[in-house]
Amino acid sequence: MSSSNDSEVPGKPKRGVSRRGFIRGAGIGGGVLGTGLLDKKALAAPPAGGAFVGPGEVPITLKINGKPQTLNLEPRVTLLDALRNHLELTGAKRVCDRATCGACTVILNGKSVYSCTVLAIDAQGKEIQTIEGISSGKPHPVSEAFVNNDGQQCGYCTPGFVMAAKAFLDHNPNPSYEEVKEGLCGNLCRCGTYVGVRQAVLEAAKEMKGGNHA
Amino acid sequence: MPEYSWPPMDQRRVIGKPTKRVDGLDKSTGRAKYSSDLKPQGTLFGALLTSPHAHARITSIDTSEAERMPGVTAVRVMTGAGKEVQWEGAEIATVAAVSEELAYDALRKIKVQYEILPHLVHEGDLAKAGPRAKSAGEQVTGDPDKAFQEADAVIEDAYGIPVITHCCLEPHGNIVQFAGDKVNLWPSTQNVSAIGGDLGKSLEVPAANIHVEMQYIGGGFGSKFAADSWGVEAALLSKASGGKPVKMFLDRATELKIAGNRPSAFAKIKVAAKKDGTITAWQSESWATGGMGGGGMPPIPYVFTEIPNKRLNHTAVAVNAGGARAWRAPNHPQASFLTCSALEDLAAKLRMDPLDLFNKNLGYTAREATYKAQLQKAAEIMEWQKRWHPRGEGHAPVKQGLGLAINTWGGGGHASQCRTTINPDGSVLLEIGTQDLGTGTRTAITMVAAETLGLPLGAITLRIGNSDYPPDGASGGSTTIGGVSPSTLKSTTNARNKLFAAVAPALGVAPDQLAAVDGRILVKGDPSKSLPWQDACRKLGTAKISEMGENNPRNPGGLMSSGVGGVQMADVSVDTETGIVKMNKFVAVQDCGLVVNPKLAESQVHGAVIMGICGALFEERVMDEQSGKYLNADMEFYKLAGIADIGEIVVHMDITPENDKRGVIGLGEPCAVGVIGAIANAVANAAGVRVPHVPLTADRVLAALERRNA
Repeated sequence: MSSSNDSEVPGKPKRGVSRRGFIRGAGIGGGVLGTGLLDKKALAAPPAGGAFVGPGEVPITLKINGKPQTLNLEPRVTLLDALRNHLELTGAKRVCDRATCGACTVILNGKSVYSCTVLAIDAQGKEIQTIEGISSGKPHPVSEAFVNNDGQQCGYCTPGFVMAAKAFLDHNPNPSYEEVKEGLCGNLCRCGTYVGVRQAVLEAAKEMKGGNHA
Repeated sequence: MPEYSWPPMDQRRVIGKPTKRVDGLDKSTGRAKYSSDLKPQGTLFGALLTSPHAHARITSIDTSEAERMPGVTAVRVMTGAGKEVQWEGAEIATVAAVSEELAYDALRKIKVQYEILPHLVHEGDLAKAGPRAKSAGEQVTGDPDKAFQEADAVIEDAYGIPVITHCCLEPHGNIVQFAGDKVNLWPSTQNVSAIGGDLGKSLEVPAANIHVEMQYIGGGFGSKFAADSWGVEAALLSKASGGKPVKMFLDRATELKIAGNRPSAFAKIKVAAKKDGTITAWQSESWATGGMGGGGMPPIPYVFTEIPNKRLNHTAVAVNAGGARAWRAPNHPQASFLTCSALEDLAAKLRMDPLDLFNKNLGYTAREATYKAQLQKAAEIMEWQKRWHPRGEGHAPVKQGLGLAINTWGGGGHASQCRTTINPDGSVLLEIGTQDLGTGTRTAITMVAAETLGLPLGAITLRIGNSDYPPDGASGGSTTIGGVSPSTLKSTTNARNKLFAAVAPALGVAPDQLAAVDGRILVKGDPSKSLPWQDACRKLGTAKISEMGENNPRNPGGLMSSGVGGVQMADVSVDTETGIVKMNKFVAVQDCGLVVNPKLAESQVHGAVIMGICGALFEERVMDEQSGKYLNADMEFYKLAGIADIGEIVVHMDITPENDKRGVIGLGEPCAVGVIGAIANAVANAAGVRVPHVPLTADRVLAALERRNA
């Protein structure tokens, strides 16, 4: 018989422990090729001005879809939680919360990132683009292509997939079928919509050629 | 009572045409709001403390520090001192607080002391299960002993398929507001119409006082029917916090530990046959777990149920792990895998093509003609006759192989009611208390209504996902399409007939001489006499039409039915040096009835095949013997297939006038059944050796090759 008092509190980091130290290894059958993780320079750099902030709330200014917004957030709040819990931008979803599934994908300075693994405070000064940002007017060709090719079922992974596909096509406007499979392998779907997603990305690539899209 | 029927196949304008998802753009632009996206005014965040031990008694629990924290509005103990927890992840206490971060901080301040008790988490070795194993008793048909003695060939082997978890991308959870004697529930559920009543029982609140709304659900697969402990706890936290809404969704680890799983299945199987491949006897000792409650019992021999001589034994094993829930075609994927693996091994022993062996024994199935035609069709698409080779042929390190498996499922239609309102301004509203799991339920209902009323899809407003609407059954057992299609057909037909009655005098004919086509009400046989839809509706004056339609599961009336078969074939490559299995191609030939929307029906089959690929190659709940913990309760190591892992998938649906006469039959489940068996058989064919346990990971493939070479 033994005793212990280590009740399990899953999910959230302890106060003061950021996710900066989180290192992810890619396994067989998965990868992060299409989705950039934290900027290496940002990881190495000390906090702005050399001063430590927190653990209480601090003002944080995020430039989301071209519009600066200032929030009072604890430094440990992720970009994903800032979007979902504080700005009601709920297109990005929290699924694995560990930079595996891509449901939280947003575009940061032109690169797709897992917003569950970026701290809001680290996203300051960067251009943050969310699914809402590319959907404010006419639907984006990638969103349309997901409908045309039925690249979705329950739809929970879809906004993340759309953002990953958009970032992929921005960098690789003329992808082959093989490149689409490589480029989108940082996102997971449980309903099994990959057949439609592959077709959708190829169709969107054709549709976007020569056009200017947000 | 009018007679209801589907319009003849060649006269349909909407039904049967490949049609885009009506809510597709809402999902792909992020506008679709799932319950986990909502935050009603004043929302508090709930968090759940769970057991880190597989089996323990709580000796003390102290919540005082958590309760004193500013911003914490309520703390509740679910499992108090003196009580036992039976699995890791079992619920112990909950907290509500003004922010999510604070709610989790408060959980860390709850002090729990445990007395750790012995656990069993592995069921794979039945000899170690001891008193945790409960036999279901022996069933004997014919004379199996004699049949085994007289057989030309006998195979005997052991196979296993592990527990896998639903891993819904939207975790289980809800927002609940319990203020005064009223409850508002925003769940993630497959059961909008009845979940309120389920919650009400626990809260002792009449169902009439519980309002439920859910517009979108991020996956269920059989695991989201009940109100669950998080529904009850969120309600009680809300009540204790002055009636503010409490949002409580499981974190990923807890989702994987306690929000449902598919039971495992293991079996020692012995099969006897004549030289020509005719099976003469089956004997199996199977066992499985679904958590502390025992677990599933795979129906084996699967599909070939009429094998004349059988001896069956099954044992349920209780383990200290989260409980099973219904999982897309409960027990069928396991049964198909076990049966089709044994049959493929038998074919290999007889040096027969398994396609011939399956064909030879179709007389033991309930659908001989269907399977025969499907085996032929699938073989044709796969070019089986040209490409199949005996086991393990070839010298290259990367070897290709083909495998096959079969499926069956029921279906039918659940109880469903639909209300159609036609307004004098021509607008049309449909209301059904159903849910769209991503199967395309919204689209199918809209299509049926558009067909009956002769209107474009965009002219129909459909409202679902609300307990105020006419009730509809839970989405389980592939019964939704068979429920909502008839209720929609009947309701829209009744409403349309009322409109015909109102319009008939103006067109100078009897109401039964009218038809609704292409946005007009016209006289049959004399299209020059017609009225545009809107003008026709104006004849209603100020009174709108409101008509119900009901599906009665026991009286299908030719509109829906149940019972399908299917054949699936896999083409894989196995690297015999690294053990890595790669999908090349998958062929799914699927029996069906009247298919409302072939585009989304095909998506269902694609999804089922991909889910099966996950189960065949990647998914497994890995439990640690020492600690009793679920080692891979995350999405890094609880692996799902990615977009590059699935190969090519070819779907063939048996859409024929003959099948159409059966009415609507659900497709969610049957096509998910045979995938694992087909892939496992293809791997055996490629590698030249049976890899007896799935998932077919590199280590298992290499171990099987090593055993053969030893």
